[in-house]
This record gives sequence, C-alpha cells and structure tokens, in this order.
Amino acid sequence: MTWFASLLPISLFIYFSTFAKGVMNGEIFNFFTSWVPSLGINLDFRLDNLALLFTLLITGIGSIVFLYTSQYLKGHPKLMRFYVFLSVFMGAMIGLVTSNNILTLFIFWELTSISSFFLISFNNTEKASRKSAIIALTITGLGGLALLAFGVLAGQMTGTYSISEMLQSPEAFASHEYTGYLLLFLFLATFTKSAQFPFHFWLPGAMKAPTPVSTYLHSATMVKAGIYLLLRFTPHFEANPQYFNIMLIVGGVTMLYAAINTLFKTDLKGILAYSTIGALGIIVFLIGIGTSASITAAIVFIVVHALYKASLFLVTGTIDHQAGTRDITQLAGLRKVLLPLSIAGIIAALSSGGFPPTVGFLGKDLIYEATLHGSISPALLTTLAVITNIFMVFAGLLVGVKPFTGKLPEALGPIKKPHFILWFMPMILAALSLLFGLFPSMVQSLFTNNITPLLTGENSPHLAIWHGFNLILLLSGITLVFGLGLYFLWKPSHQKEDAIAKIEGYAPKAIALQFANLFQKTSYFLTRTFQNGYLRRYVMIILVLLTIVFGIHIFINPRIFLSLTEIKSLNWNEIVVLLMMLISILFTVFTKSRLTAIAGMGVLGYTMCLIFIFYGAPDLAMTQFSIDTLTVILFVLVLYRLPKYLNLSNKTNRIRDAIVATSFGTFLAFTIIEIMNENPVKGVTQYYAENAYTLAKGKNVVNVILVDFRGFDTMIEISVLAIAAIGVFGLLKLYLKKHEK
Amino acid sequence: MEILLAIMTGILYAAGIYLILRRSLVKLILGIVILGNGVNLLIFLMGGLVKGRPPLIPEDASALEGIFADPVPQALILTAIVISFGLQSFAIVLIKRAYKVLKTDDIDTMNKTDDIT
Repeated sequence: MTWFASLLPISLFIYFSTFAKGVMNGEIFNFFTSWVPSLGINLDFRLDNLALLFTLLITGIGSIVFLYTSQYLKGHPKLMRFYVFLSVFMGAMIGLVTSNNILTLFIFWELTSISSFFLISFNNTEKASRKSAIIALTITGLGGLALLAFGVLAGQMTGTYSISEMLQSPEAFASHEYTGYLLLFLFLATFTKSAQFPFHFWLPGAMKAPTPVSTYLHSATMVKAGIYLLLRFTPHFEANPQYFNIMLIVGGVTMLYAAINTLFKTDLKGILAYSTIGALGIIVFLIGIGTSASITAAIVFIVVHALYKASLFLVTGTIDHQAGTRDITQLAGLRKVLLPLSIAGIIAALSSGGFPPTVGFLGKDLIYEATLHGSISPALLTTLAVITNIFMVFAGLLVGVKPFTGKLPEALGPIKKPHFILWFMPMILAALSLLFGLFPSMVQSLFTNNITPLLTGENSPHLAIWHGFNLILLLSGITLVFGLGLYFLWKPSHQKEDAIAKIEGYAPKAIALQFANLFQKTSYFLTRTFQNGYLRRYVMIILVLLTIVFGIHIFINPRIFLSLTEIKSLNWNEIVVLLMMLISILFTVFTKSRLTAIAGMGVLGYTMCLIFIFYGAPDLAMTQFSIDTLTVILFVLVLYRLPKYLNLSNKTNRIRDAIVATSFGTFLAFTIIEIMNENPVKGVTQYYAENAYTLAKGKNVVNVILVDFRGFDTMIEISVLAIAAIGVFGLLKLYLKKHEK
Repeated sequence: MEILLAIMTGILYAAGIYLILRRSLVKLILGIVILGNGVNLLIFLMGGLVKGRPPLIPEDASALEGIFADPVPQALILTAIVISFGLQSFAIVLIKRAYKVLKTDDIDTMNKTDDIT
C-alpha cells in the first residue's frame, strides 16, 4: 500500500508539466494572495522557466524516490513518518522555488532545513545520526538567519519584498551603501545551503540518512536551493562584479577541495557526498564566470548532475540493501547477481564522467566552452575545470563501475535478487541521461532555450553532441583519458582514508565543532552560575541587579530633600510607634528563640495597625489586627512541632547577605523619598470619590471599591483563600496509611 | 513623618530580605511576612499620608470632597493582607509537614526528595 504515497509527487509532476508549453513560449504564471499585507508578506508565487525547471526536477526525482522508498524501506516501522517528512520537504521545496516573495521564500527555506533535520536523524537511535542532523541543522539554520537578514535588508533598500519587483531598483544591488552586507548575507545563506567550502562539512555527515534521502535532498534538490537563489538573483546583481568574483573563488576552491577528497573515501556514499560537493562547486563556479554561456552551462549541469547523481545514489542504496555493505574495498563482481542494476550504474557513471553519448558529455562541453570564453584568465579557469572533472570521472567510475566488475568476493556471501523497483528506478534515471545525450535538442528546448535571459543582451549557445574537431573536444578527451588512468591506477584503501583523517583536525569541520563545544561549555558555566538551584542565589542576583540600577539612578540624579522641620513636627505617639517597629524588627531578625521571633513579628503587625489608624485607614487597621493575630496563633500552634531555631549559614555568608539586604533597603528608601516628591496622579481616586455613593450607594469608599467596583476581584481572592484553606487542611490531616506507603 | 516612614520601609525590606536569604525555613517565612509588611507600607506611602481623615463619605454628602485619605491604595493593601494570610498559613503548615517528613528545615538539604521512603 505504501506505493500509494507516490501518487502525490507523480500527480504534481503531471500538474507542473502542463505549464511546460506555456512557459517554453515565454509565459509567466502568477498566483497571488495577501497574507500579511501590512508587513509586505504575501503568498506570491511565480512560475517562470527557472522555477519550472526546478519544480520538474523536484517532482520528477521525487516520484522516483517515493517509489524506490516503498521497496527500500519496506516493512520499516516508521515508514509512514518517513513519507510525511519527505512530503513536507517536497512541498517546502516547491514553495521555495516558486515564491516570488523573499520572506515566504525564507519560510520555505527553513522548512526544507527542518525536514532535512528530521530525515537525517531518521535512524534516531544512532548517536552518529543525531549528531550529523544537529550539525546540518546548525549550519543550514545559520544560513537561514542570513537569508532572513538578506530579505529584510533588500526589502528595506528597494521598498518591496517581491523578488521580481526588486529588479526595478538595480542601484541597491550594484552600488548602494549596504550592498556589501547584501552580498555577505546572500552568500552566507546560499553557501551554507549548497555546501560550499568552508561550510561543506555538514553534507558528508548528512549521508547518515537513509539513501533515498541522500538521493533526493542531499544531492538532487535541497542542496541546489542555494544555487537556485544565486541564479534567481543573478539579474539583480548583474552590474556588480563582486557578486561574480566571489562565486568564482568560492566555487573554484570548493570543487577542487571536494574533488581531491573523493580519492580518500572508501564508503560509496562518502565518495558520492564529496563528488556532490564538487558538482555544486562547479555550478557556483560557472555562475561566477558570469557569461551567458556559463550560466547555460550551469543550468544544463544542474539537470545532468541531478540525473546521474540520483541514479548513482539509488544504485548505491540497492547495493547496500542487497549486499549489506557500502565499503568500496569489499565490493566487486556484483554484475553476476545484479545485472540490470550494473547497467544503470555504468550508464550513470559514464554520464558522470562525461563520456559520449551521454548528457554528461554535453554538460562538460558547455563547461569548457564557458571557461574558455571567461572574462578573466581563461587558461587558469579551464585548467581548474579540467582537473576537477578528472576527479569527477574517477569518482563516477568508482561508484558506478567498480562494484560490478572483477571477481565476486566470497566474503559478501549469497546475495539475493532485488525487487524490480530497486533496479528499475535508477535505470529510468540512467536511461534519461542517455536519452538527453542522444537528443540534445530536447535539453535545448526543455531547459535552456527560454530560460529568461538571466543576463541581458546575450544569446545562449547552441547545444549539439558534435561540434567538429576543436579545442573543447581535445579537452574532453584529455579529461577522460586522465580520469580513466586515475581509476585504474589509484586504489582507495582504509590506510589512505586514515592518513587524510589526521589532517582533518585543521579542517573547517573540526574548527566549527570546537567552537560549538566552547559555546556549550560557556552556556553550561553560565547556567550553573546563575541558576544553581538554590533559591537564595536567584533572589540575590535579582536584588543585586536592582540595587545597581537604583544606585546608578540615585548617583546620577541626587534629588533628595531632607527637611528638619518635618522631624520637629513629629508627635510623641508617632515616635513611639516608630521605635516599637524598629525594636520588633531587630528582635525578629536577631533573636535566637523562635518564640521571641514570632512575638516580634506579631508586634510588628500591630504597629502597622497603629500607622493605619493614624493615617485614615480604619478598615486596614481592623484587617491587619485580625490577620496578624491569626497568624501568630497559627505559628504558636505548630511552634513545638517546628525544628530548632539555629543559625545554619556561616558568618561570612551572614555578613554578605546583610550587606546585600541593607544596601537594597537603603536605595529603596532613597527612591521612595524621591517618588514622594513627584505629584501623584489621582484620576482613579477622583472617580471613586465622586461615584462611590451615586453609583454604588455606599459611604465607605474602600468598602465600595472592594465589594462593588472590583467585586469580581474580591470573589477570586476569596477563592484563593478557600484553595489555601483546602491545602492547609490536606497538609494537616491527610496521611498515607501504612500499606499505601 | 513621610521621610521617616520611607526609611522604615527600607528597613523592613532589608530585614525581610536578610531573613529570606537564610537557610532555615522558619526564618524564610518570617522574612516573607516582614517583606509583606514593607510592601504594604510602600503602597500606603505612595497614596500620600493624610492624618485622621478616612475615605468615608459624610452623612449629608454624596461624594468625597476636600482632603481625604486615598481609598485606592487602601483597597489594594486590604487585598494584599488577606492574600498574604492565605500564603502564610499555607507555608506554616507546609514547613511543619515538610519537617515531619524530611526531618530537616535546612533548604539546602531539602532537595533530596528521592530519599523519602
């Protein structure tokens, strides 16, 4: 039944295919709905030829991957969850490439990162999977933030969040004060997503995901999101040479670095991961050349790469599924049991290497044509491209041919025939590689002809398999010869892999991990310092901070008015009350007896009553009196059930606490005096004073406020008291019986 | 008097905070009670002190006029007193029960609830 899920990508593929004719004739389909118009965020979708190319790739390869998964993960207990994540990803990816609003594009971008996280950690019982997933999420999440910054900044500079409308303010992208930041954020976003050096390291780790995920997300589609964005913004940045030069450098470094790394890997998926990074590097490099020919080459190469790399990944998945290993040093001779699969693998490898008549050959032709006509130093660019391509030939042959040739080692044991889906799906992709290679006009009409001229005023080159004898053909030949030579001479081994692993302490991955470690340790330290689980530490931090705020305020505006006349005007009864208060406080704080402390607290409460009586608050005095009495009675009732009244903390702590407490009290007193000098706002008081009788027919205004104006509050207060009473009763009366303990 | 009461509020706060920072639970509760008194006094002061004129409308009038004590802080304090009684009584009974079960009133040694049998 699980093939049922595949209907989703297939029907979407058919749906988007219906637009193909219109788009090829230069039409652009729009879909617009307001979402948050006040912020300029709208569901604004736009299907032009670049978007169509990507949607067809996403849904087409999606269909194949969905079908493949139904057999590859057959009977897996979490298969449905897998399909859900895969569908979320597919939806997000389609949204990403069709969004015409940079902010909704950002949302879809983040959704792809999140679904990628869940798919990498799909085998969540393995520690390595979880770790890889976190690294991938951290790196791509960082890029996501940069994309948001880019979107907001670009929106502020151009006054619109619509990508197509941004084209109307070219100066923002060419020579504005903030153009440098735009470039920084855009490159941070795209280079992390598309695994460019030095952010590439999350991609090999992402290979911990099940193979269909590697095929779909981490090779054919998601990692191309960065490329898509770069292509999408190429028209905007057309007049900005930095845009192209940075891509040229980063793409060049990435493709060489990754290509050389393929020599040292023994895991089939590891090799494919690095050759994917290399391919992404080539595409960025091609966009960086910045001619119409190079961008055509980049677009053709996206299709070429998606076809052969997806095919190779699926071949690898089937090998892993049937033989139980992906170690290249152990695999050989599988053609005897997996013949149809070996045909798919070999065709894909040939396309990967650029052998005629596959579509890979066309792709390579275009790459050389682009580098040879590059604006700066064609010789250097071409040399770089040739070297990288030699390694790509090697990597493709290693994955697609090596496991099938030679003698079948006995260590592999008996290998069962795979379900037909497991070889048929890679075969479809391989066949397409061959078909497009044999009929280059299909590629031309489908993909490149009408890609809106991303650069103005230039025509895209004509695609053909045979251009006659020329320099490009010679370069292709050299690449193939050297690639084949490398394949036959260089044998990957675990020793070589271990040797290169020693240098990896200096690789970007190790540096990033150390940074992450440091971050984790610092936050652990901070948490432990500020939140150590002891109540008084929390209280102390809050108080010290408040004291500092009060203190700074008072030292900046010393506006304290002390008048002696006031002291002289004191009555004797006021003086007595104040003295009683002071004494009771001192007793409560410093006594060594519980009873004295409680008595002191009681006296303190009664002096409060007196103050309330003096200053016109008889209701308060009555309440305070009864409540205070009740509290003391309650305390005394449980007094002898209470622990001894001892000093538990040492002297240093007591002095420290005393300093904190007195300085807070002092600053608070100063602040109160300062506030009392301000004129209070009495609007609310006035309202109650005027309306207490006319509206509520009560003469005691405090009473009226409590039971009438704020009657609902009082009711809730009573409920609180009732809850407290129930709690008290429970604590006093309820005990577990012996057998319930 | 206002200034002296302001200083007294500061003293109440200081005493309350000092007791809250103790390790003994009984002192913690006494600290909360004293701090509560300090808060009440603070609110009372903020309304302005008016001697001997409670906010009661005279028999022959229909509204408060002239100088009178502010009823709004009084209403607030009244609520605060009653609520703090609820808190205090619950806390007192709670420490009694906690002491009975855990045999300690030292906050630092109370976090080992797993040891209760």
